Amino acid sequence: MRTSTSARWSLRLLALAYLTALLAVPVVLILWRTFELGLGAFLASVQTPAAISALNLSLFIVAVVVPLNVVFGIVTALALVRGRFRGKGLLQAVVDLPFAVSPVVVGVSLILLWGAGGWFGALDRAGFKVIFGVPGMVLATLFVTLPFVVREVEPVLHEIGTDQEQAAATLGANGWQTFWRITLPALRWGLTYGVVLTVARALGEFGAVIMVSSGFAGVSQTLTLLVHSRYVDDQNTYGAYAAATLLMGLAVLTLLLMSVLNRTRRTT
Amino acid sequence: MITVTGARKSYGAFAALDGVSIDIPAGSLTALLGPSGSGKSTLLRSVAGLEGLDEGSVVINGKDVTGIPPQQRGIGFVFQHYAAFKHMTVRDNVAFGLRIRRRPKTEIARKVDELLEIVGLAGFQHRYPAQLSGGQRQRMALARALAVDPEVLLLDEPFGALDAQVRADLRRWLRRLHDEVHVTTVLVTHDQEEALDVADRIAVLNKGRIEQVGDPQALYDRPANDFVMSFLGQVAHLGGRLVRPHDIVLSRDRAEAYAADARVTGSPGVVSAQVDRIVRLGFEVRVELTSEEGSRLEVQTTRGTADELALLPGETVFARVAHPVAEALAG
Amino acid sequence: MTATLSAGLAGGTQRSTPDPQAAGEAPERPRAPAGRPSRGRPYATGLVTLWLSLVVLLPLAALTVTSTEHGWGGFWDALSAPSALAALRVTVLVAAVVAVLNAVMGTLLAWVLVRDDFPGKAVVNALIDLPFALPTIVASIVLLSLYGPDSPIHVQLNATRYGLVVALAFVTLPFVVRSVQPVLIEADKEVEEAAASLGAGGLTIFRRVILPTLGPAIISGTGLAFARAIGEFGSVVLIGGNIPRHTQVASQYIQQQIEIDQPVNAAAVSVALLAMAFLTLFVLRLVSARSLRREAAS
Repeated sequence: MRTSTSARWSLRLLALAYLTALLAVPVVLILWRTFELGLGAFLASVQTPAAISALNLSLFIVAVVVPLNVVFGIVTALALVRGRFRGKGLLQAVVDLPFAVSPVVVGVSLILLWGAGGWFGALDRAGFKVIFGVPGMVLATLFVTLPFVVREVEPVLHEIGTDQEQAAATLGANGWQTFWRITLPALRWGLTYGVVLTVARALGEFGAVIMVSSGFAGVSQTLTLLVHSRYVDDQNTYGAYAAATLLMGLAVLTLLLMSVLNRTRRTT
Repeated sequence: MITVTGARKSYGAFAALDGVSIDIPAGSLTALLGPSGSGKSTLLRSVAGLEGLDEGSVVINGKDVTGIPPQQRGIGFVFQHYAAFKHMTVRDNVAFGLRIRRRPKTEIARKVDELLEIVGLAGFQHRYPAQLSGGQRQRMALARALAVDPEVLLLDEPFGALDAQVRADLRRWLRRLHDEVHVTTVLVTHDQEEALDVADRIAVLNKGRIEQVGDPQALYDRPANDFVMSFLGQVAHLGGRLVRPHDIVLSRDRAEAYAADARVTGSPGVVSAQVDRIVRLGFEVRVELTSEEGSRLEVQTTRGTADELALLPGETVFARVAHPVAEALAG
Repeated sequence: MTATLSAGLAGGTQRSTPDPQAAGEAPERPRAPAGRPSRGRPYATGLVTLWLSLVVLLPLAALTVTSTEHGWGGFWDALSAPSALAALRVTVLVAAVVAVLNAVMGTLLAWVLVRDDFPGKAVVNALIDLPFALPTIVASIVLLSLYGPDSPIHVQLNATRYGLVVALAFVTLPFVVRSVQPVLIEADKEVEEAAASLGAGGLTIFRRVILPTLGPAIISGTGLAFARAIGEFGSVVLIGGNIPRHTQVASQYIQQQIEIDQPVNAAAVSVALLAMAFLTLFVLRLVSARSLRREAAS
C-alpha cells in the first residue's frame, strides 16, 4: 500500500508510543530503581539467605522438571508422530490442555487431587506432604511446562521421517543404537529449544506454584514467590525490584538463547 | 542368491504383493521394473526386512531370513531420498555400519578411505550431506551400504530424485561398479530405459504379480504379454496387434506389400494409411499416419529408408510388419 | 582397491553359513517386521497415557468432580454467588476490552514492523517477545513501578480496572503481533498495488484488501489473547488490588475461596473458567478450519 508519508509517520508514532508506555518505560524504570543505589545494594538484596534459598529452590525445581519433560516429551512426541492407535486425537488435545488452563486452576486442581481433603488425601495424612511442599510445586511446574518439549520435538520428527532410522537398521544398528546415534542427534535443536522454553517457564511460573506452596521465606519460596512476598508481606519494594530484575535478566537470557537457537536451526 | 517364495502382503484391501516368487541369481544385477503401485518396492523392502510379509518366505544365500530383522540379514540398502545421516560427516556416514559392528579403528579408517575412493568422494569426507549434490549424496549412501560387506545390495529407485544427466551418469557408474564388485544387486525402478541400460536381468511387475523375468533382450523381443510389451519400449497398434514402431515396414506399392505379407503366416495383415506428418530426429525419422479405420499410427524408420520412400504428407502408404517379427508374433 | 572389497564381500558370504535354526522347515515366526526402530509401540502409548493422566488429567478430573460434590444445585449456587458472578463478569469484561485493544494495536504493530522501516526496528521487534519470556509477577512489578503508588508521572492505576487492562495488555501483547506478522509478510503486495491502480484510496485498500487477508490471523491472535487474559493471575495480582465486585478477577476469587477453605466454590468457578477457555479455543479451531478451506478452494 502506498501510504502517504504523514499517515506512515502517525502510524509509526502510535505504535511506538504504545510500546513505550506499555513496555519500554516500565522496564527501564525498574532497572533504574534497582540500580540507582548502586550495584552493591542490588547484589546485597539478591544475596540475602531468603533470596539464595529461593534461587536454590527454583533451580531445584528446574533440575527435576527438565529431565522428566525431556524423557516423557520425547516418548510422547514419538507416540504421537509414529504411533497408530485409537484416541490419538484425544492425546493431542490433552498435550495442549495446559496452554488453556489458568495457573490458579492448575493449583486448585492439584490441591483437590493431592491435598489433605483430596482424592489422594491419604498420602497427605500419612505424612507425605505434596501440597504445601516441594512435590506440589514440582507437579504444578510439570503441568504448566508439559507441552513445550512435545510441541518442539513433534515437527522435527515429522520432518526427518523414518528413512534415516531404516537406513541405520539395514546397517545393523539395533533400536537403542538407532535412537542414540540417529534419532536423538536429529532432534537436538528442537529438543534444546523445548528445554529453553521449559526452563524459562519453570523459573517464571507464579500462579500455579503460589497455590500449592506454604510460602515460608527461606523454605518454600521460589524466586517469583520471593518477589511477591517482598512486595506484599515485607513492604520491601526495593527488594522486590531487585529480585524482579534478576528474573528479568534470566528472561532476557532466554530470549537471546531462543534467537540464537532459531538461527542455528535454520542453518543446519 | 535370493529366493522369494509365495510372497503376499496387503495394506488393508490393497494387495501390494499377490503371490510373488522369484529367484535372483548370485552376482546378478536384477531390475524390478513396474509402474507405481505394482509392488516392486514392497518386494525389495520385504527382502530387506523393512516390510514384513503376510505369507511367503525370503531366503538369502541359503539362509531363511523371513522373520529375521533387517539388522541380521546381511544386506545393504540404498533409499530413493538417500536417507543420509544429516548430522554426520560423509566419513561418519560411511563408517556407521562398521562402528556398529565394533570393528577396529584402523580397519574402519582403511575401509572408509577405500570406499570413498571408489565412489569418487575422497575429497569430501569432512563435508556434511547438506553440502553435497544429490548425486554425491547417493554415492555416499552407496558407499555406506557397501561398507558392511553386504551379501546383497538393494537399491530402491536410487536415481529417482536426480535430474536426467546425473541419472544417466550414475547408472553407468553403477554398472561399472557392479562389474568390479559382483555383489548380488537388486534395483527397483519404474524407468524402462534405466532397467534396459543397467540390468542383466529384469523382472516386470504389475499389480503385485510378476509378469515376466528374463534378460533385457529376451523381454524386449519376446514379451510374454501385452503389458510387458507396452511397458518395455514403445508400441504401435497395427491390425489389432501390438508391434514395435520400428518393426513396421511402409511401402508405396499395394501389390508388393500384400505379396510380402502373404509369405508370412500369422501376420496382422496390411493396413493402408495416410501420412500426416514426417518428423526428422537426426538419424531417426518418425512417420505419423492415420489408418483407414481412423486410428493413429506411428512408425520409426531410418533416414535412408525414408529418403528412398520420399513420402509427403497426404499420401497413402501400406504398412505391414517386418518378417522375423511377424514370425515371432505367430509363434 | 577392489581386491580388499571383494575379499570383504567374500568374507561376508562365508559368514552366512546356514544357521541351523533358520535352515530347513521354518518354525513359526513373528509376522511383524522386527527391528523397526522407534515405532510407537503399545507400551510407549501406555506410558504416555499414564504420564499425561498423572500430570494433567487426574488433577483436572478431581477439580471437575469436586465442583459438583454438592450436586448440580451446589455447582450453580457456587457460580451464582454475587461475588463469584461479579468476579466472572469483571474477568470477561476486562478480557474482552484487552482482546479488542490487542486486535487494533497488535495489527498496527505488525503492520509497522513489516511495512515500515526505521532505525532500531530490529530492537523493537525483539522487544515484542519480552512479555512471553517475563515471569508474570515481574510484569506486575514492572507495571507498578510506573503506574503504581510511587508513580513518577503521577498516574496511579493500581486497584482500578484500568490497571487490570494495562497488566493484561502487557502479558498478551505478542499474540496478535506474532500471528499477523507472518501473514503480512506473505501477503501479496501486488494485490494492494492493483487496488491502488484501480483508484482505491489508502483506507479503502485497508478495509477491502488488507483486512480480509489478515482477518483469520487477527481473530486467531485475539482469541488466544482472550483465552490467556481470562485465566491470568500473576500479572494482575499486585496491580489489580483484588477489590471484590470491582477489580477482583476470577482467578483471584478462586484463590480467595481456597484460602477460606471453600474448595467447592473454587472448583466451580475454575470449571467455568476452563469451559470459557475451551469454548474460545474451539471457536478458533472452527474459524481456522473454515479459512483453510476457503484458501484451498481459491
